[in-house]
Amino acid sequence: MAKLILSMDGLVLKEINLTKERTTIGRKPHNDIQIDNLAVSGEHAVIVTILQDSFLEDLGSTNGTVVNGQSIKKHFLQNNDIIELGKYKLKYVNETPAGVAKAADFEKTMVLRPGAVKPSPGPATQAPAAPAAAAAPAPAVAKAGDTAQGPATTMPPVSAAKPAPAAAPQKSAALQLLSGANAGKELDLTKPLTTLGKPGVQVAVITRRPQGFFITHVEGASFPVVNGKPLDAQAHALNDHDVIELAGVKMEFFIKA
Amino acid sequence: MTLSGALEIASCTDPGMVRAHNEDSIASDGEKGLVVLADGMGGYNAGEVASGMATTVIITELQQLLGKHTPYETDAASGQLIAHQLLHEQIAKANTSIYQAAQSQPQYAGMGTTLVVALFYDNRMTVAHIGDSRLYRMRGDELRQITKDHSLLQEQIDSGVLTPQQARQSQNKNLVTRALGIDPSVEPEIHDHETQPGDIYLLCSDGLCDMVSDEDIGLALQTLSSNLKLCAQHLVQTANDNGGRDNISVILVRVLRDFPAPRSPWDKVVSWFR
Repeated sequence: MAKLILSMDGLVLKEINLTKERTTIGRKPHNDIQIDNLAVSGEHAVIVTILQDSFLEDLGSTNGTVVNGQSIKKHFLQNNDIIELGKYKLKYVNETPAGVAKAADFEKTMVLRPGAVKPSPGPATQAPAAPAAAAAPAPAVAKAGDTAQGPATTMPPVSAAKPAPAAAPQKSAALQLLSGANAGKELDLTKPLTTLGKPGVQVAVITRRPQGFFITHVEGASFPVVNGKPLDAQAHALNDHDVIELAGVKMEFFIKA
Repeated sequence: MTLSGALEIASCTDPGMVRAHNEDSIASDGEKGLVVLADGMGGYNAGEVASGMATTVIITELQQLLGKHTPYETDAASGQLIAHQLLHEQIAKANTSIYQAAQSQPQYAGMGTTLVVALFYDNRMTVAHIGDSRLYRMRGDELRQITKDHSLLQEQIDSGVLTPQQARQSQNKNLVTRALGIDPSVEPEIHDHETQPGDIYLLCSDGLCDMVSDEDIGLALQTLSSNLKLCAQHLVQTANDNGGRDNISVILVRVLRDFPAPRSPWDKVVSWFR
């Protein structure tokens, strides 16, 4: 479950769990989070929570609402966002479950029945209970070692927008042509997939993966040759200074520093 | 009628890096121009049961029915295209089978599945889907998502609460608003699309599109189009390299040539020899 940590001058004042569909913030006492400070408007902002996601909306406050240093009107809150209201800070914490087993449960596809949750935030009643597994509370403390099931099963960082590669960042690599009209030319392998050869005659592909670079035969009667040995249909891991022969052209694979 | 030689189909399915079970299920019949993909849900092995029932019912029933019916004709009584009628009926049948199994056997309670089916005939394709399994089309160098998910996130995108970019960061993934086998009846979304030789169609479960960006999917379909099997394996591998947090299933269909419906008697004779 997501929560807010209210602080001023680095002093934690309180923690607020975002259990309600609408959590209001303002100076007046009827707000869910009351901040008695003149820099805060009577009805300053509202946080709308839809299952696991929360949205912050400024309610036309006099001094505005700032998130991570930027003034916002409406903002989709991400873990560790800092909301600033005058001298007060609200930290948004919404951690995904740390353990892989829990995460697997958490990620299971669930059916959401019509009417179980409103698709858009608005002034309305409390959202009824969410599907059980999807609403599984996120443990606040991430335990190291919980995820130790080999590097590939490690969860990407919580804040990652895109799924992060499971392994360590890879080195960059390139091919240098050793023969043919373009001998001496270098080709950087920056894309996840780089094709080599002549379409219709012989094509191979070099894939950039977290584990390194691999060459795979794609089409043509003959297979690529690496260090004098023809490949089979399987992907072949490339090592620094491997020499590849393909469609009559020789090239050297090398890892860049 | 047979579509032999008109379509090339390759597929790959994998439990991924985190799950012990593969609850996805796929089936295809190139001759009949039929591909089916389902992503099951439910405790223990119920997800596998639901997705397996869906693909089995739909493929075996339609294989039989397509021998007797012509999908491109219109049903005189209802005014509906036969293809739509067949899909509607068989999806309803699969829904009933899963629903009844879930009702009668406690270990299957609450099981359900997403579904995407494509039926190719007469230079076009009818797509039926339920839930968040998708169909994409690669035409030239443009990748386009053809189906629209039945999910909370899609509804939020439609109503402007989230942008598609923000949706990728949402913690409300995997909440589908429609599924097969959950209720006594279900309404599939059915649309027709023209096909062209050279098109590549991708059917996938959310284990692919949650882990691999559309950009990388497009790149794979473009660069590996000459080797469809390798392309399917590569897509699954990329999802696994990115964490493989869900089951991953991929079916690729390439349109090799035109396949107009044999309308005149002479066409029918010719089609015998294809």
